[in-house]
Amino acid sequence: MQNDKAKSKDGFTMENSLKLLRSARKAADQADVFSFSARTTTMQFEANELKQVQTRESSSIALRIFREDRIGFAVASGGGSWEGLVEMAVETSQFGGPANFQFPSSQDYAKVRIFDPEVEEIAMERMAEVGKGLIARIREHTPEILCDAQVTRGLSSISLVNSQGGEGRYDRSFFSISLEGILVRVTDLLWITDSESSCRPDLVAIDDLANRVIWRLEMAKKRATVSTKLLPIIFTPLGVASALMGCLVMAFSGKAVLEGASPLKDKLGEQVFDKKLSLWDDATVAYGVGSYPFDDEGVASQRLPLVTKGVVSNFLYDLQTAALAGTHSTGNGRRAGGGFPSPAISSLILGTGDVSFQEMVADMKEGLIVEEVIGAEQGNILGGDFGGNVLLGYKVENGEIVGRVKDTMIAGNVYQVLKELPAIGREARWVGGILQTPPLYCSGVSVTTKGS
Amino acid sequence: MRDLIAEALKGHDAEYIEVHSEESRATSIVYRGERLEEISRARNSGCNIRALVRGSWGFVSFSRLNGLREKVAVAVEEARLASRQPFKLFPTEPAVGTVVPQLKKDATTIPLAPKKELLDSYNHIMLSSPRVQSTRIIYHEVKRKITFANSEGSYIDQTKTDLSAGLTAIARKDSEVQQASLSLGSNGEFSAIEGLQERAGEIARRAAALLSAPQVKGGEYTVILDPVLAGVFAHEAFGHLSESDHVYQNENLRQIMVLGKRFGGKHLNIIDDPTIPDLRGSYKYDDEGTPARKTYLIREGVLEGRLHSRETAAKMGEGATGNARAVNYFFPPIVRMSNTFIEPGSASFEEMLGGIEEGVYVKDWYGGTTSLEMFTFSAGEAYMIRRGKLAELLRPVVLTGNVFTTLQNIDAIGNDLQMNQGGGCGKGGQSPLPVSDGSPHIRIRNCVVGGR
Repeated sequence: MQNDKAKSKDGFTMENSLKLLRSARKAADQADVFSFSARTTTMQFEANELKQVQTRESSSIALRIFREDRIGFAVASGGGSWEGLVEMAVETSQFGGPANFQFPSSQDYAKVRIFDPEVEEIAMERMAEVGKGLIARIREHTPEILCDAQVTRGLSSISLVNSQGGEGRYDRSFFSISLEGILVRVTDLLWITDSESSCRPDLVAIDDLANRVIWRLEMAKKRATVSTKLLPIIFTPLGVASALMGCLVMAFSGKAVLEGASPLKDKLGEQVFDKKLSLWDDATVAYGVGSYPFDDEGVASQRLPLVTKGVVSNFLYDLQTAALAGTHSTGNGRRAGGGFPSPAISSLILGTGDVSFQEMVADMKEGLIVEEVIGAEQGNILGGDFGGNVLLGYKVENGEIVGRVKDTMIAGNVYQVLKELPAIGREARWVGGILQTPPLYCSGVSVTTKGS
Repeated sequence: MRDLIAEALKGHDAEYIEVHSEESRATSIVYRGERLEEISRARNSGCNIRALVRGSWGFVSFSRLNGLREKVAVAVEEARLASRQPFKLFPTEPAVGTVVPQLKKDATTIPLAPKKELLDSYNHIMLSSPRVQSTRIIYHEVKRKITFANSEGSYIDQTKTDLSAGLTAIARKDSEVQQASLSLGSNGEFSAIEGLQERAGEIARRAAALLSAPQVKGGEYTVILDPVLAGVFAHEAFGHLSESDHVYQNENLRQIMVLGKRFGGKHLNIIDDPTIPDLRGSYKYDDEGTPARKTYLIREGVLEGRLHSRETAAKMGEGATGNARAVNYFFPPIVRMSNTFIEPGSASFEEMLGGIEEGVYVKDWYGGTTSLEMFTFSAGEAYMIRRGKLAELLRPVVLTGNVFTTLQNIDAIGNDLQMNQGGGCGKGGQSPLPVSDGSPHIRIRNCVVGGR
């Protein structure tokens, strides 16, 4: 895969996929071949300077077979040839799970906009300028901050063929900017991270990113201490992603539901969350980095309601899990790194409410604004517990943000906290390209502070 | 191959060029409940080139060795885009060698059938334990053959094997879900995952017991950490802070981390040592071809050293320590830990318990993260300590704190060092890197424990 153009690269891949499928059919009842190739270029800034420029090519071809009613799987990445994959898949099929579903047959997929040819036209010099500009803007506000930043452009191609006549391919473009700023004063470290990404470079809002970082630097200038007790908390969009989403995503996985490990397993159609709360998985968002016309098993993508006005409305399924659960795939069969498919989100959209961020802050007598938590993924997230150290958060006192808190932990359970929400924010934004959420105003979260 | 690479590296306008070429084979087995969810074989091959030109790096990763000379030219061209101050890498002797692991029972040569049989037996034990709703078993093994060459004449062939496994029992009662886990690993030695029947039963019983365990009341406690969790503390809280790439360009952090500064009591010694035989973080040469060596990070409470690549060593005027590592050819080497541990002291566990009126004994881990100054780590198992005796089992707890004050607050170090080989380390998008960590029991005063 030495060619620069996505089209010729893909042609090469599809030809191999069809060869591999033909070869696999001799040994298997059904088969599918998923192939992926990508080329990304990244400008890497370290301590405010452009340190490294990197170009990475990757490719993989994965074979899944049904043989004697069991599933076999093998994958080759990089220069590894596809030859030998059939034997490896046959070997694993002796022990594999039951082959209890059909690969999707030929169909027309609705178009989802995820490719912008402009990405190929962005010169590396221009990317370097973008990174330098962003860092300069932030240092204008806080000269002593050290910024690591990455500006990345990329193209990828996906193709899928199966023994039931199913076939599809698409190209995706990608542009992103991420920033990690660190400010050290005596033994006091302030760490600020943010990013913007889209399939369309002109939708990557560099100014918004800079403004958010500068706002946080402003808010963190002063220090404040909260009490150790139950307090109201406003989770900013970043805070929602950092503290709350991990547990929820896990609970909506069809796999967790099927095995009975999800707290939501019997709650389909039930009011579990606040009436103000609605949540979708949406693979059709135009130029969303999580969007796709069909999932990694060839099932058409959709906008899937997960929570509708507080009522649990759907779970995420791939083909195999859906078959075991006696339902249909929701088009969420994803393959991390080209591997074995598993149910996973595309983009999550949390519906907006009707209260502004300022109004939420004004409503608090004593409370916290949480931007980022570390360690949130470490607790019993399957049970809905969230918690961790507030890496970046501010105290609110009598309706005013008074300063950054440190040595502070929060702990709670999403099913308790999201059951009754005082308010949901009016303004939503994208976090990490795959979650669009407004701020959430929660009450009664346990806060523990050192020395109080 | 050696000639091919030597030829490709000649005559470019660069101070330094290196090549990594890699071929790997991996096997994964995943269970979810009684269902074997995934069994797969994978192979991966590819190369990368890194070039240093006037202080900046160019990096390319790709699939095939052909056209190597052109790829080198691309990396050199990329490096020219950047514009940092020129510097000379820390000089190391060109190394030529071949390294092959010496294993008694190489996991990568064992057929699938006995592996599955063994994992089946653990799964059966957990699933037949009362209240256990589901399980997770993850098994992963990889064998990598890596060739490293650089423009200074180094040429090293290394074969590396790695094995990691995790057992999790998930217990449920009504909508309450709790889990307990065991995480293991080895340098490819299969015996690391044999004979775990008793431990599988024990985690199943603990998951069930957690359903009725109380939550700790959040606050400051005297805590005793078991060797596993104390090892995670050494890795997360201090190990990452000792990685020089965080420090070398950050003037403020350099002052905090100045060699010779006191960080803890005379009894405190923290070491990183890739030369210990047969651990997961052991190796002979790092990914820049620098020979591995033992580094005292803290000796007798005083900061003595830190972990370096050739670049950070040169820029800080210290010596290369052989800690530049990459997870695979897709990434450039960055500064990483190997086997990181707290040296044993003289206190017995009973002596440590004896002085505690009310405290928490924390064992095992879910995970840990750090933002340099602040850390959080989660215990998989925790007990109250009352009047010098272990008391009731608690729900999992999260510990957090400031690294600098916490190191000062370690007031007893046990005599029972154990190394933990589970998990893996993530940094800069490179995960999981095989490492190990360890410690004897340690006691910390005034540690914040999160709860409700």
